[in-house]
Amino acid sequence: MSTNTSTEKSAIRKAYEWHEARLPLVNWLDHNLGTKYPVPRNLNYWWNFGAIAMFMLGVMIASGVFLAMNYTPHVSLAFDSVERIMRDVNYGWLIRYMHANGASFFFIAIYIHILRGMYYGSYKPPREVLWWMGILIYLVMMATGFLGYVLPWGQMSFWGATVITNLFSAIPWVGESIVTLLWGGFSVDNPTLNRFFALHFLLPFVIVALVFLHIWALHVPGANNPLGIDAAPSDKIPFFPYFVVKDVFGLGVFILIYFAVVFYAPNMLGHPDNYIKANPLVTPAHIVPEWYYLPFYAILRAIPDKLLGVIAMFGSILIMFVLPWLDKHPVRSANFRPVFRVFFAIWVVNAVMLGWCGSQPAEGIALILSRIGAFWYFAHLIIVLPLLSWLETPKPLPVSISQSVLKAAE
Amino acid sequence: MANTAHGHAAAAAGETRRDFLLHTTVAMGVVGTGMMIWPLIHSMNPAADTLSLSTTEFNLSGLTEGQRITIVWRGKPVFVAHRTPKEIEEARAVNIAELRDPQTDESRVQKGKDQFLVIEGACTHLGCIPMGVKTTEPHGDFGGWFCPCHGSHYDTSGRIRKGPAPLNLHVPPYKFTTDTTVLIG
Repeated sequence: MSTNTSTEKSAIRKAYEWHEARLPLVNWLDHNLGTKYPVPRNLNYWWNFGAIAMFMLGVMIASGVFLAMNYTPHVSLAFDSVERIMRDVNYGWLIRYMHANGASFFFIAIYIHILRGMYYGSYKPPREVLWWMGILIYLVMMATGFLGYVLPWGQMSFWGATVITNLFSAIPWVGESIVTLLWGGFSVDNPTLNRFFALHFLLPFVIVALVFLHIWALHVPGANNPLGIDAAPSDKIPFFPYFVVKDVFGLGVFILIYFAVVFYAPNMLGHPDNYIKANPLVTPAHIVPEWYYLPFYAILRAIPDKLLGVIAMFGSILIMFVLPWLDKHPVRSANFRPVFRVFFAIWVVNAVMLGWCGSQPAEGIALILSRIGAFWYFAHLIIVLPLLSWLETPKPLPVSISQSVLKAAE
Repeated sequence: MANTAHGHAAAAAGETRRDFLLHTTVAMGVVGTGMMIWPLIHSMNPAADTLSLSTTEFNLSGLTEGQRITIVWRGKPVFVAHRTPKEIEEARAVNIAELRDPQTDESRVQKGKDQFLVIEGACTHLGCIPMGVKTTEPHGDFGGWFCPCHGSHYDTSGRIRKGPAPLNLHVPPYKFTTDTTVLIG
């Protein structure tokens, strides 16, 4: 690090070495995110989104802490305290719009990150536990996002909270007691808002802990890569500076888009009804959750039975825990699996279509499409993937990353 | 665990006093943890002041035939309907066996007060407030209530007839304190 032209070490160098000998923090970082962490040389820009998601987690925690300083979790004051943040608190509008849209962009990053993992087979051995940690992060994110959406205490907050907590009433025998426990009363009311605020503050730090485990599990086998083959040591380059630079560039582009929305269309992804104060006696004619829940909401509504609908909705995420055993094809990357690649594209389009269905009233064509979509969501995972595991002949894999690079150069 | 020369007869069978101590300690630890967790969980259940807000009184004398109104009980709406003879007849003409949640109309009202239907205004699907109190609102396919959130239809007895809801609209506990006054809760 320092140029050893002088035989005498500088006082700063000595202090650093003294400290490092007692707590090797810089060394630890260097091994995990620095020059001593080898990464496959061929990672493409889809690999940026893990780092981008981590950045968004930081933005959410930072902006959230400052919002909490001005927010009051009481049914008679919550809505007005949010409006005060928007109008009176210095830069309150900026912090709140960064937080509200930050949630959306956090989910955008996470969805791209998940789909990248599914396309390149990053869930396959030896990365199953890494995949599990990711699903856990996603589940806690969903819970955190839902709890946070309740806090402004608008109409969508209130009725979203009512509908989502009522999902638990579908559990046989104990369902109603669980809902009363969640509410702390006989309807969504002040005790509910209070505890939702407490939990909304807590869960992001649970996510931080899970991210730590996620990265730990990543560093055991190392990163997957677009070819999906194991990277030889000679095909790896240090994370710093190569991928730090690449991540920072991608992050810059992402931030440009994020702040374009924050500054020019801050309410684009929100619902106007949430600027109406919560009214426990009036249900909005058309309740929709935030966009990132819509495909699952469509699956819930596709099934005309309450308990089965709730099971299908939770099952649509929980089934991802066994994805590594549903898709046992030995080739990871979809680039070498032409049939899987087509089915994967159909599945993604299907999920987007489900999202559209979830945004529409549950009737007519939207209901029919959501039934087809919900069926295909599961059929792909339960039927198509195991069949392809047995039947699909992959394209020949390159021997190494460098071989594929050299071939492409010819 | 090392068996020493001082080991007892039980040690020969693979069980030692230490195992016993270990198992009882773990068991007590589990019980103790459970005893500590329960107060935390139970603190989330309705508090005493929340429970105390549990009755509402209402005078029916102003309610004309065919009229439906919403009153508030425990922070949520309760529908009170003064039903017409036609509505009562419709509710009683139904074949009970065909219902998803079989209940007779008679069991959902009080004897001698058959025209007054008192039901909780929370859809048994996911808790939205069904429409149908105002005459201008949709009443569903069975002349009762219609939940706009996920499309559940209730009849003139508040019973589920169509859509995702599993149960009839709940009848809250209530009694007539005078000929025209009901006490809910």
